[in-house]
Amino acid sequence: MTLNVKERRNKAGTVLVATGEINSETSGSLLQTLLPLVREGRPLRIDLTAVTYVSSAGLRTLLVVYREAQHAGVAVTLYGVSEEVRFVMSATGFLDFFSTGEAEAAAAKAAAKTAAKAAR
Amino acid sequence: MSEPASEQVLRVDAYPTHEVGGYRVRAGKPFPFGANVVPGGVSFSVFSDQATSMTLVIYQRGEPEPMAELEFPQEFRTGSVFAMTVFGLDHENIEYGYRADGPYDPVTGHRFDARQVLSDPYARLIAGRDVWGVEPDRSRGYQYRSRVCLQDFDWGDDTPLGIPAEDLVVYETHVRGFTRHPSSQVTAPGTFAGLREKIPYLKELGINCIELLPVFEFDESDNPRTNPETGEQLFDYWGYNTVSFFAPKAGYAATGRYGMQGDEFRTLIKDLHAAGIEVILDVVFNHTAEGNEQGPTISFKGLDNATYYMLTPEGYYFNFSGTGNTVNCNHPVVRNFVLDCLRHWVADYHIDGFRFDLAAILGRSPDGTPLPNPPLLELLAYDPVLRHTKLIAEAWDAGGLYEVGNFPAYGRWAEWNGKYRDTVRSFLKGDPGITGELATRIAGSPDLYSSRGTSASVNFLTAHDGFSLADLVSYNDKHNEANGEGNNDGGNDNASWNCGAEGPTDDPEVNALRLRQMKNALAILFTSQGIPMLLSGDEVARTQQGNNNTYCQDNELSWFDWTQVDENSELLRFTREMIAFRKRHRELRSTSHPTGQLRDTLGLPDISWHGERAWQPDWSAESRLLAVARCGTGDDDVVYAAMNSHWEAHDLELPALPGGRSWHLFADTGAEAPYDIRTPGAELELENAGKYLIGPRSVVILVGRTPDAEL
Repeated sequence: MTLNVKERRNKAGTVLVATGEINSETSGSLLQTLLPLVREGRPLRIDLTAVTYVSSAGLRTLLVVYREAQHAGVAVTLYGVSEEVRFVMSATGFLDFFSTGEAEAAAAKAAAKTAAKAAR
Repeated sequence: MSEPASEQVLRVDAYPTHEVGGYRVRAGKPFPFGANVVPGGVSFSVFSDQATSMTLVIYQRGEPEPMAELEFPQEFRTGSVFAMTVFGLDHENIEYGYRADGPYDPVTGHRFDARQVLSDPYARLIAGRDVWGVEPDRSRGYQYRSRVCLQDFDWGDDTPLGIPAEDLVVYETHVRGFTRHPSSQVTAPGTFAGLREKIPYLKELGINCIELLPVFEFDESDNPRTNPETGEQLFDYWGYNTVSFFAPKAGYAATGRYGMQGDEFRTLIKDLHAAGIEVILDVVFNHTAEGNEQGPTISFKGLDNATYYMLTPEGYYFNFSGTGNTVNCNHPVVRNFVLDCLRHWVADYHIDGFRFDLAAILGRSPDGTPLPNPPLLELLAYDPVLRHTKLIAEAWDAGGLYEVGNFPAYGRWAEWNGKYRDTVRSFLKGDPGITGELATRIAGSPDLYSSRGTSASVNFLTAHDGFSLADLVSYNDKHNEANGEGNNDGGNDNASWNCGAEGPTDDPEVNALRLRQMKNALAILFTSQGIPMLLSGDEVARTQQGNNNTYCQDNELSWFDWTQVDENSELLRFTREMIAFRKRHRELRSTSHPTGQLRDTLGLPDISWHGERAWQPDWSAESRLLAVARCGTGDDDVVYAAMNSHWEAHDLELPALPGGRSWHLFADTGAEAPYDIRTPGAELELENAGKYLIGPRSVVILVGRTPDAEL
């Protein structure tokens, strides 16, 4: 299983959309992609909506990115974490380190609702 | 702040020097043993004293056949250690083992067989039993597969809690049993993650130490028996049959199928610590899952049988454990193995202490003779890494060695006090002439631990092994038919009493007496000097239907039924308040045995004994009533506990209190709830200051303080 990554930049920061599995085979290249982005100093969002599995090595890679971001004073948010991945991250303690954009997503949902209401 | 990941250190030993079997390799480092991730590869190191050659066998994860077999070059051998670094391995997706070649001569103790792939005794992860209860494919040649893992868990600011031993309130539980019942309502029942979700319950209960039944990898499916009543397969549920000593049980982790059991267990420990709860592991070093000559070859047997096991002169296995083999604990190599293992659990898992199953074996020499100064016990007592951990011995073994009170302690070892259990049980059921020994037991057993202090005594009435508290007051006899051994397994000497009916009954009087007896037991336990240990579920009257040996029952006989938290809320409340009371009164937790000397502040002795008349305890053969008053140093308060196992009520004359103090009622198990117990600090002042009527088979606890004092 491979991992594809796409980068998007906007005013708020950089979004990296990952598709596939993050495991010992794919996490090395993911790290090489993420580290320069962290060093740019812009807020980084990692979109995991299309990530089906994160292995132990993958979780460690994400934590290394988080530590690097801490080092650089950069905010890293995980986004779109599937229920299974979230459970694994929670059970193994990795979730405690990350902001997972849930509040952000809820706020966006609420804003969309408000906008829809206003449009009616 | 950590070094950024980009700043890699270049090392000369990150480059191979040889090629073996198509893999680039170099000589590894003999220490540490096991498989360790190093720059560019994995370093493997294994000890065998008598092997003539050693081969590293590597599998793709889950594949039946190896992908590589790499024989250790002779120059990669240092002494009796074979060490090799293999480059280019994807450590997350391999499993490994060893083939050890050497003599097969059981009479001289050697059982080498190069056809067998052996598990690494130092493996930190094991694959093969990843999900609890899944029927294994026994046709696979290599069942318990060693795996490589990183030891890089982020502990944050987690540090040992260092709770003084005398302040501990231990809660003994089974990882799976605690949350496996559907009523637990946790996300992943029966797992470390499930237990983590129940931390608020433990915190509210007030315990500050959890003792887990074995969590080292074992094979729950190695029980061949079936339940004769239902035909269902029985398990090795308790897990006192270790397969691998450095590896947490994968089947106890919701993430075990992903190989993340290490992180899941560590996360549980980290959160328990954050809640102020220490973690003690029940460890089994007296025997292994390899059994005797009929048993399977998993690891030690094929690596160095004569080193790891106590053998008779004919090459058979000594059986001081009752399970087929006996670990040769005081052999210098095995001593170091045990030490390495415990250090691993302390350093890499932040474990706070250990309870050693059948620990008397740890004091035996290679020929089975009890040693006066067992080097292993001394080693563990003084080891720098283990220095502040709790060490608790089950101070007997199946070979008849009983060392309660005589265990070689080196000032460090505490013991499960079996005599405390037997005495208090006997008193509770109403046996006469027990008051003298009861006094000794509740004062911290000075006859056994005079030089070691009260915290050498772990006081318990029930444990995983034997009746639960509810069954202790509901059954005269064990009912173990479901274990498939014709009710011949399990202890017969239970000192239990069914209160008038065997098993479940609709008789309200019997049920009321049972509830009272459970409260009596808890009241005595939590006002005794020594470390109290509570069996998980006893606070809500968990029953095993009279089965006193549920080692094989992975079902509702063993599981904690969370519906009982509401159903038996009266007993739960009683337990919580008793624990809170113990925490509030230092004199109950004094480390030194009481001497009867006067306390300057109150003019009362540190301990005094009473009967129906103050200052006149009845030690006679027919006595079933004893009251004790404890006076704290600097606490300025007095705790009086009267224990009546007689079937009649008694008028108690209370000792007079100095300095404007008066007696206040904290608990009376003879009273209806909610008046059976109060919140510590909110005790009710007695109207009749000098007297109290204690009901039949009841315990009364009073506090002597000034009426308005919030202690």
